Amino acid sequence: MKKNNAHINKDNTVVAIRNLYKSFGDNHVLRGIDLDIYQGENLVVLGRSGTGKSVLIKIIAGLLKPDSGTVTVLGQEVDQLATKELDALRLKIGFSFQHSALYDSMTVGENLAFPLQRHNRSLSADAVKKEVARVLEAVGLSKALHQLPSELSGGQRKRIGIARTLIMQPAIMLYDEPTAGLDPITSMDINNLINEVQESYHTSSVIITHDLTCAKSTGDRIAVLLDGQFLQTGSFEEAVENSTNEQVKSFYDYNFID
Amino acid sequence: MVPAHQSWLDMNERPRKTRTQVFTRKLDAFFLDIYSIGQFTGRFFREAFRPPFEWKEVIRQFYMVGYKSLALVSVTSFVTGIVFTKQSRPSLAEFGATSWLPSLVAIAIIRALAPLVTALIAAGKVGSNIGAELGSMRVTEQIDAMEVSAVNPFRYLVVTRVLATTCMLPLLMLYMAVIALLGAYLNVHNNEQTSLAAFFQNAFEQISFLDIFSSSFKSLLFGFTIGIIGCYKGYYTTQGTQGVGKAANSAVVISMFLIFIEEIIVVQVVNSFR
Repeated sequence: MKKNNAHINKDNTVVAIRNLYKSFGDNHVLRGIDLDIYQGENLVVLGRSGTGKSVLIKIIAGLLKPDSGTVTVLGQEVDQLATKELDALRLKIGFSFQHSALYDSMTVGENLAFPLQRHNRSLSADAVKKEVARVLEAVGLSKALHQLPSELSGGQRKRIGIARTLIMQPAIMLYDEPTAGLDPITSMDINNLINEVQESYHTSSVIITHDLTCAKSTGDRIAVLLDGQFLQTGSFEEAVENSTNEQVKSFYDYNFID
Repeated sequence: MVPAHQSWLDMNERPRKTRTQVFTRKLDAFFLDIYSIGQFTGRFFREAFRPPFEWKEVIRQFYMVGYKSLALVSVTSFVTGIVFTKQSRPSLAEFGATSWLPSLVAIAIIRALAPLVTALIAAGKVGSNIGAELGSMRVTEQIDAMEVSAVNPFRYLVVTRVLATTCMLPLLMLYMAVIALLGAYLNVHNNEQTSLAAFFQNAFEQISFLDIFSSSFKSLLFGFTIGIIGCYKGYYTTQGTQGVGKAANSAVVISMFLIFIEEIIVVQVVNSFR
């Protein structure tokens, strides 16, 4: 299904990456990449495992510092921010982790209430409950309120992970391998949820994946990352399906896609 | 890309490190670790007194560290009291001094055994638990998740746990001393038919305020050490699940090592006041 791109505002760049380098010892993960992410856009960073995709979004979220280059999020250069300013920026960013990263010792409800209670200390218990119920309904898991993360399936954990970020109503969503380890039907549910989040919350998103179906279903634009550099950027058809680049073609050929 | 077999060959061709190089590297790592623990401790003091405070989590940790250790501390202290009294009796009997048994046992328990045994139990039970819990939170990105949701994970996870171990250890130590003395009393009562009142009067004749103060201070120090080391090892865990095991293990080993050093220093200082 072709996505409607009318909601994308190309005059407003929410994330701007310029000449970004990151190495771990002798392993040069990112080698001078440039990228713009526009308001309302779902940008998919597609690539094989170990090509630095997760490193890229961890730099965007300020979890890792770049060796050189700049990452500007909502007009603020991330690695130049003081802790308070970075925390204020992070409230506008939602990060959905590859393995969900739900707090094991808390129930689903407590997981969702955790960031809300800490940033809105004046909020009443009833208001917190209402917000938790609202996001649980948005991800279709209202009955999971009192369950522990260990009692949830992989797909449910992903949904709760997304719900935990939605409770703060972020402007930007970062998804790290949202469909990794899920069966095709659950993967499609998660892809649909990502699109619903984009529509309902008007978020701009960076989706890190090696799953071509996920890239095709969720991406307004695809950036193919190989060996620490973007090889192709464009629609799924331009960047992947009809690519003339040998590495991209072989990556595409080795994957099953509808 | 380098083929797998090539990198394997490269590894075999790598020159082996000499013993001196290995020793120097380990020494470097040791001093770096000490420096990092110092920084970690400094951060604790900066964060601990700055609002917002996580009172609910502090109370939960008091429960986890204090209440959850009661059963183990009870059994260990009761047995220690009985065994120590039983083993001391023949030596005192040789000099016809079994009437000194309550004083001897009380001095040994309150000055040395209660703080040290409580600390070693806590290092094994609580220290390893903190190391493993924070370690698994680190490798499963739960700590990163807190950070990206703009919640300070250090304040929520480290400050609360260190406060709990620091406050709970002196209380556990006092509890242990009481239970160990009760164990000792049972043994003395069975052999010498001494009453409870006479036992405790005899026992506390030789105990001064300095003894109780120094033991409480030692326990405070031991608790702080167990909390800081457990949290430090867990908070900076690397290498996945294997790293979690290592974090738990090294939290116990380093805590115990530091507890012994602190014990020797405090005893020296306190003895200079006697």
